[in-house]
Amino acid sequence: MALEREFCKWSFCAKPPVETIETDLLLVGGGMACTGAAVEAMAYAKGLGLKVTLVDKAALDRSGAVAMGLSAINTYVGPENKVADYVGMVRTDLMGIIREDLVYSLGCHVDQTVHDFQDWGLPIWQKDAENHTVDGQVARDEGLPLLKDGGKCVRSGRWQCMINGESYKVIVAEAAKNALGMENIYERVFIVKLLTDKNNSNRVCGAVGFSVREHKSYVFKCKAMIVACGGVVNVFRPRSVGEGQGRAWYPVWNAGSTYAMPAEIGAKMVLMENRFVPARFKDGYGPVGAWFLFFKAQATNAYGEDYMAKNWEQVKKEYPGYADAPGTCLRNHAAMMEMRAGRGPIMMHTDKAMQELAKVLSKKELKHLEAEAWEDFLDMSISAASLWASFNMEPDKVPSEIIPSEPYLLGSHAGCAGLWVSGPSKGYMGAPDSWFWGYDRMTTVEGLFTAGDGVGASGHKFSSGSHVEGRMAAKGAIAFILDHKDDKLEAAQNIDEVIAEIYLPFEIYEKYKDYTTAPEINPNYLLPKQVQTRLQKLMDEYVAGVTPMYQTNKIMLEEGLKRLTLLKEDATRLAARDLHELMRAWEQYHRILAGEAHLRHIHFREESRYPGYYYRADFLSIDDSKWKVFTISQYNKDTNDWKFETEPYKQLC
Amino acid sequence: MPSFVIVEKCDGCKALDKTACQYICPNDLMVLEPEQKKAYNQEPDQCWECYNCVKICPQQAIEVRHYADIMPLGSSTFPLRGTDSIMWTIKFRDQKTMKRFKFPIRTTPEGSIDCFKGKTMPTADDLKKPGLYTGPARTE
Repeated sequence: MALEREFCKWSFCAKPPVETIETDLLLVGGGMACTGAAVEAMAYAKGLGLKVTLVDKAALDRSGAVAMGLSAINTYVGPENKVADYVGMVRTDLMGIIREDLVYSLGCHVDQTVHDFQDWGLPIWQKDAENHTVDGQVARDEGLPLLKDGGKCVRSGRWQCMINGESYKVIVAEAAKNALGMENIYERVFIVKLLTDKNNSNRVCGAVGFSVREHKSYVFKCKAMIVACGGVVNVFRPRSVGEGQGRAWYPVWNAGSTYAMPAEIGAKMVLMENRFVPARFKDGYGPVGAWFLFFKAQATNAYGEDYMAKNWEQVKKEYPGYADAPGTCLRNHAAMMEMRAGRGPIMMHTDKAMQELAKVLSKKELKHLEAEAWEDFLDMSISAASLWASFNMEPDKVPSEIIPSEPYLLGSHAGCAGLWVSGPSKGYMGAPDSWFWGYDRMTTVEGLFTAGDGVGASGHKFSSGSHVEGRMAAKGAIAFILDHKDDKLEAAQNIDEVIAEIYLPFEIYEKYKDYTTAPEINPNYLLPKQVQTRLQKLMDEYVAGVTPMYQTNKIMLEEGLKRLTLLKEDATRLAARDLHELMRAWEQYHRILAGEAHLRHIHFREESRYPGYYYRADFLSIDDSKWKVFTISQYNKDTNDWKFETEPYKQLC
Repeated sequence: MPSFVIVEKCDGCKALDKTACQYICPNDLMVLEPEQKKAYNQEPDQCWECYNCVKICPQQAIEVRHYADIMPLGSSTFPLRGTDSIMWTIKFRDQKTMKRFKFPIRTTPEGSIDCFKGKTMPTADDLKKPGLYTGPARTE
């Protein structure tokens, strides 16, 4: 029996005033992708007389995944590398199925955006004339050439370069703000629904949201839109049980809006079975990249055995052809073999690495190195530094535990979930015709673009790649706008009804709150946190979370889907007591849809393509004969059905 | 707390046009209590400990008591963020071990970024070609 549907008739909740904004290009999100889109779009819009508007649910200076800062730029191809080798790395790491047209074209543009960051004031570590490492400020003080003029960055790995990145996002946001003008930026407005055209249901024409600061709703009408608001965090039960739930590896405010809103208007998604399970310093989530690559630290099981050396022959046997170079998920897999056998914890030997370096470095250099090790955490996951301090641990004296975390869904890091988008041009590098439909990074919905975590089947973009992909998407979107100048658009949806739906959690709360003595417990509604915990528990238990050691099977997934379906119905009874909770309510709604896509995709792909991220225990191997394909899904909101298809992978370089 | 606010130090940013911590928190956690005019963290278990409220507070009234389910009491990590650098002071739980670090944060003056200055602005003809307005795409 389904729940009786509730409607907001403004009987219990006051109807908010509505501000309508007409624009040409709407940017939904304020992270790396949309700040990149802002500068590139404005470079064209000024001359063409077009209006560009950005909406961010937080404050642009410190929104998105780079809000805390970063200690490295992870995608900088540089003059010493070939773009084709970058594509090869991404292909290997993402287990052979990527859209090489997207990855290659991004690789051709990403260095330019890094050069722009340095121009704008981001301190990038450099090598001086004696090949010594200097920080980004010293590099400027000493007059070293900029990267664009042949200056050398400090590589921590082949594609990474170290930065002093505490203010990375502030700098990138300032460029976007000065390009757009503050009058075109709406902060603290949360977009929750997209609008489609009355005469073409596959054409986006606007978005509706609300202010999280005042009782006011917003309607944006546009010719084209870029939706890029990050990946999905907290869809799975996290390892932490209390306050530490906030210490997610990826930003805790990434609620899957990038996938859920386009999916609701029929945009196709790709490889949503993919996820990222970062192995990080336990509990504080400090980055491991610099420790592995820059400080050359080794990780072992409890008994000092290097699990990579120990298990790699076995991994090669299990996944032939995929273990020639150790990709991220297979490295996890090798560590998990030890954990499953009861030989945890996995330890990162920071102490030994530092002691080795002490043998060859001067005292001054060693002091500098210690600062670099701490900065690596302080720039991007401060709690990890505090964790050392709270346990009286000095990394040069004792090792630290690392552990695979709860799963995250994203398309910009070592993961490739996202939307199915058009490539840059027809036949790009010999790409099939079915990979191009007119405009770079346009989803299958006309006029709707995405970038960063939004673009699926690529990955390894990180901050710089997301920024540049936003710029590329902006060019696609402006081209689309110019080609569709005379389109007369009108929303198919009744705007009043959409706004009533958005504020329904207020109406429900006010209508029922006096029925019980404690507002948290009421049979007529659920609060956002209650919906979140139910989602996290079922995703964890049935969809290969931490508790079952990342394993699932067909029967478990189907049981999970039953529970998720009921939760989705219950989500129509979300209640909210204030604007903050109304934001949380819609974040949970977006998480449920993103979680459903993930579950259904894992169910569809009958193999274990990403061992170490998740295992289909009923299909433990990689089956290239059937599954070397893109899995593509499409959600129909009206019928609540999902359609699946596959598209062959093609290697382009 | 995540982040916590020291009663004696918080003045509710009464001299400013907005409450700084409330303005900056990426997760909408910091709010001003309307009667006492003091800020507080309304949802501590959703705090990323990103320190943006700590860094922006003009009174240095905000600090972080780290996640109770993970970390022992007694240590502290505190930043002083200037216009071109940040200074960190880290005190261990043993109250003896102290670390101090200073890192640069930007090499240009705040507010000075003009991303179109000195650039040749692109035209509609450039839209469907590779490249960005600041430079061409690589070719290999």
